[in-house]
Amino acid sequence: MSGKSLFQKVWDDHIVVPESADTPAVLYIDLHLTHEVTSPEAFSVLRSRGLKVRRPDLTLATLDHSTPTVPVASLKDLDIVSEPAAAAQIRVMIENCREYGIELLGFESDSRGIVHIIGPELGITQPGKTIVCGDSHTSTHGAFGALAFGIGTTEVGHVLASQCLLQRRPKTLAITVDGKLGAGVTAKDIILAIIGRIGVDGGTGHVIEYRGSAIRALDMEQRMTVCNMSIEAGARAGMIAPDDTTIQYLKNRPMAPKGAAWDAAVARWRQLPSDADASFDREITIDSSTITPMVTFGTNPGMVVPIAEPVPVATDASFRKALTYMGVTENRPMLGMPVNVVFIGSCTNARLSDLREAAGILRGRKVAPSVRMLVVPGSEQVKRAAEREGLHEIFLAAGAEWREAGCSMCLGMNGDVTARGELCVSTSNRNFEGRQGVGARTVLASPLTAAASAIAGTIADPRPLLAH
Amino acid sequence: MDKVTSVKSRTVVMPQSDIDTDQIVPARFLTTTTRKGLGKALFADWRYDRAGNPRPEFLLNRPEAAGCGVLVAGNNFGCGSSREHAPWALLDFGIRAVISTEIADIFRGNSLKNGLIPVTVDKATHGWLVENPGVEVTVDVEASKLLLPDGRAVSFPIDGFSKYCLLNGVDQLGYLLNQADAISRFEDTRPWKP
Repeated sequence: MSGKSLFQKVWDDHIVVPESADTPAVLYIDLHLTHEVTSPEAFSVLRSRGLKVRRPDLTLATLDHSTPTVPVASLKDLDIVSEPAAAAQIRVMIENCREYGIELLGFESDSRGIVHIIGPELGITQPGKTIVCGDSHTSTHGAFGALAFGIGTTEVGHVLASQCLLQRRPKTLAITVDGKLGAGVTAKDIILAIIGRIGVDGGTGHVIEYRGSAIRALDMEQRMTVCNMSIEAGARAGMIAPDDTTIQYLKNRPMAPKGAAWDAAVARWRQLPSDADASFDREITIDSSTITPMVTFGTNPGMVVPIAEPVPVATDASFRKALTYMGVTENRPMLGMPVNVVFIGSCTNARLSDLREAAGILRGRKVAPSVRMLVVPGSEQVKRAAEREGLHEIFLAAGAEWREAGCSMCLGMNGDVTARGELCVSTSNRNFEGRQGVGARTVLASPLTAAASAIAGTIADPRPLLAH
Repeated sequence: MDKVTSVKSRTVVMPQSDIDTDQIVPARFLTTTTRKGLGKALFADWRYDRAGNPRPEFLLNRPEAAGCGVLVAGNNFGCGSSREHAPWALLDFGIRAVISTEIADIFRGNSLKNGLIPVTVDKATHGWLVENPGVEVTVDVEASKLLLPDGRAVSFPIDGFSKYCLLNGVDQLGYLLNQADAISRFEDTRPWKP
């Protein structure tokens, strides 16, 4: 009998009722994260049936998606939410959390932020946990060796009422990334290269385990960037085995175990990595030394090229439609294409290390006059940490905007949008048509590439600007 | 949830691949707190012009699309965001089944929980449906077969439990709540408090 994979160990550990031919497994959920957009209807179902939240102590809420990020002296007041529907939605969230006894990291909290950024920084995201949220980028938390995946609103209701989900066991896909990354090549470029290789449906029905020397060499924030975009390859989740890097990151975080409980937790976490003889349904190997800065050219994250290489020739009508929407020419590189907006932010790339990378490029330089640049920290904690280092002064001196924490321009639903026809180089995760605003054109890239493009006013390779 | 045993309707064909849930319902419509009335937001950025008027050339605005309850879409339909607003909008508009060569995982799960039938078929069948828009088909949930007008019956995969829930109008929450004792026993035997 072959050994168990990381996924299999976490899955097996949470089976309340095993699956059968007729019924899916009942899977226990250790942590349910929730936000204002995908939860209201779930609470309505609870209310209409007279149900309680089974484990409010395993549920944590925040406000991130529809919250504005305009700079204000204090975020304590709901009046800053000028859009009436968004304000109403936020009020419903506050009321739901009060009624059902759920902790809400709201405007008054120093810990508010994008749901996938605050879980890890609070230390409540831990190896071996099952973590869900009504948000597809829940895959981010898999960077810790948790089984973390996005769910719909009906399932949010299931977890609220029962702390469980009905699930069929997914397949497994091992992606091994070996080799040394070149200068100016980041975790974002790794995951874009992977999605380019396997396609936006390459992971459908699978949980990915990322492994290999290039993955082991990444810090936790970079690992989160990789796992975050697992869903962009269609995968249910992405996982990375916990190691010393993981354990060092979690030690002394506010919600991480302490004392003897910490020692016991670490001992459990050490057992989680895939056994040497574990088998996977599929396996793929990628040589990371061949990866260069990547940029998307089309309208999904699989339409991606190395920054200096030409855009491929259209093969079908969908591909051609995407090129037309983007105003991109076949057989020419994206390099040099004029840029209107640069967005540094989102659950993919709005952690402190992302802001440091962007600031490193912008230090002593200016954003091109034709470019609007937004820098949006992923959480209040990231914002304060960046300000302690003076990163905000670098951004402001360069001519960028320094905003409050939130999802911001990743998805055009909080006032931060790219105008029709404008091109945005974005560190977020989706270049879908209109994702950043009606008619907006999105080019996904790393924080380094985004910052370099802000200075040039055109899509630019960051490598010549790196400090030596 | 209402029982769904079969869907018999003409098809409307959107052959584009990788249609994501941001196209199905753009994010700016997600500030709602109810599932009701989302049909007007369905494919909003493709369906309406800048002034908010229907684009006559868009498929769902054409006269032949009126009353069509089966959407034939390109590969990997429903990818991207987990928003359940996507199946809510399709159902509110009148779409009751989606046929593709592949349907994204989260969208598929969300659809089944709301009575929208996800139907994945082989490339040849899909190709025929794309080339013959507007034909009347029957999605037979009980038999897990798509019945085409030329008499062909094409099997499609559907989890037995989801099928049972559709055929009997059972929602899955009731089943989960019946597991309360097993869940309590599981919580008691956890080696550590989560």
